Amino acid sequence: MATPEEQMALHRQLHAKSAGVLLDKVFKGSSFLFAALVLIVLFGIMLMLLKEAWPTFAHFGFGFFISSDWDVVNNKYGALIPIIGTLVTSLIAVVIGVPVSFGIAIFITMMAPEWMKRPVGIAIELLAAVPSIIYGMWGLFYFAPWFANYIQPFMTDTLGEVPILGQFFQGPPIGVSIFTAGVVLAIMIIPFIASVMRDMFDIVPTTLKESAFAMGSTTWEVVWKVVLPYTKTGVVGGVILGLGRAMGETMAVAFVVGNSLELNAGLFYPGATIASTMANEFNEASGLHMSSLIALGLILFVITFLVLSIAKWFLMMLERAHEGTST
Amino acid sequence: MKAPALNPHRTAQKMTKYQIRKIINYINLSASIMVTIFGLAMLAWILSVLFGKGFHYLDWAVFSQMTPPPGESGGLLNAIVGTVALTFLAVLIGTPIGVMAGTYLAEFGMKSKFSSVVRFINDVLLSAPSIVVGVFVYTLVVEPSGHFSGWAGAIALSILVIPVVVRTTEDMLKLVPIPMREAAAALGAPRYKVTISIVYKAALSGMITGVLLATARIMGETAPLLFTALNNQFWSVDMNQPIANMPVVIYQYALSPYEDWQNLAWAGALLITISVLLMNIIARYTLKSPTSR
Repeated sequence: MATPEEQMALHRQLHAKSAGVLLDKVFKGSSFLFAALVLIVLFGIMLMLLKEAWPTFAHFGFGFFISSDWDVVNNKYGALIPIIGTLVTSLIAVVIGVPVSFGIAIFITMMAPEWMKRPVGIAIELLAAVPSIIYGMWGLFYFAPWFANYIQPFMTDTLGEVPILGQFFQGPPIGVSIFTAGVVLAIMIIPFIASVMRDMFDIVPTTLKESAFAMGSTTWEVVWKVVLPYTKTGVVGGVILGLGRAMGETMAVAFVVGNSLELNAGLFYPGATIASTMANEFNEASGLHMSSLIALGLILFVITFLVLSIAKWFLMMLERAHEGTST
Repeated sequence: MKAPALNPHRTAQKMTKYQIRKIINYINLSASIMVTIFGLAMLAWILSVLFGKGFHYLDWAVFSQMTPPPGESGGLLNAIVGTVALTFLAVLIGTPIGVMAGTYLAEFGMKSKFSSVVRFINDVLLSAPSIVVGVFVYTLVVEPSGHFSGWAGAIALSILVIPVVVRTTEDMLKLVPIPMREAAAALGAPRYKVTISIVYKAALSGMITGVLLATARIMGETAPLLFTALNNQFWSVDMNQPIANMPVVIYQYALSPYEDWQNLAWAGALLITISVLLMNIIARYTLKSPTSR
């Protein structure tokens, strides 16, 4: 027989153990709930926006997507111009940003001396840390005037003279335009694309690169024929990630795009994107106007969701393909 | 200077294939250097504009006076306090949620289907447009309550904090070697104790890095605050009322026609950028991951 003291001690031990089991369950359960919260946030965003945007979809039907009207006075809204603006600005950003990021990634991984790699890498990453609104102020007060004075006349005189293509390079020399927004966006997404590319290039096995060098390849040939084919899914993923980033960017674009809801073929005309339209008009909107702006937000969210999913999918493909390969 | 290989006497009219390859290599690598310089030049241009303009207007009044009415001089005190309060609250709300969710992914869910869905969605939310988050919180909080408020702003920002913290927490916890968990479990520690006093402790610096990065990210965020915290010209720390904050003040003042306001906007822009960059640099220094590269 155990003495009462021993029984007490045993009891206490057992109690502590069952409390531990209970706390374990609580801990695991609550961490599960918070993980589920991430999903709830996503569906919450979709549902709330859909609910608020519903009057617009009910009122205009499918016409909302293809109408280029945005007339606050007559309460007529169509999403075509902001959608085109978003697509065109982010496309310009990618066309300019991708080669630049590619070059930066090559420089950092293949060319720079060891002592230079880190500082240059950090400096490029700091570009991503600068708040969007700073890009906006810089873009509006410094970049746009400079661009309008020096680069735009040059582009209009050269590219603008090319048949068919030329019509895209027309517009008033005021600086704020779809094209300016695209360039500013390009600078903003460069750090994202460059850092994905850099990480990708780093996973290429050294033996692979060295074999190519040993066969007499130049550095460029190693990049183009060994590194790039090895990492192409990841690189594509990084580019699409940059595209998704550019589409959702708000403040910088709101400063430099000009916020004009008119359709022009010329890229040097002021325009608008989904995000810039929302930032500009939301606080003065009510009723159908508000609902249409939220509908724009929903469209933006769905587009970026799809684009980012595709990017993620590409990156996962690469991860799976090279799982277990050592660097 | 003439390269000897290009001497017409030796190579006749045509360049050899090797020379063409070398020239292509030369051109492309020079282009790489040039675009890198372009990137660095852009950073230098932005920072020099900021410092040049911002320092000029940065004085004691900026830190000691309220935001002024149009045409008068003043400071940014209420906006600075507002931004600090909003950021602090957002991190306070977002961090526990993010840490717990990240813990689930790394410790319990691991490779389950649910975890991979959460991971995927989290990565998408990481890059989701912040303005949409602002609209979401507007419909969720501002519209039902009928007014803009500091709480709405803090919630919007916390939604941006969560994905960053989830991601870094999971990554950092995964770096903690499994034998450490097993050793603790073998000593009889229950799972929650293993996680809290062993795994968290080992991964602490990495997790703090995640929180700092999240803080840096939301400090300069403007878009989600436009529809939630809005702005307040006067001193207020009441979270149930619209609250002044740096990004929205900078936005409004920068686009205003008044010179005093524009100057204040530049001073504010410099302050916010310095804070964000400092936060980033501190985050980098805190990071001493268990498998430090």
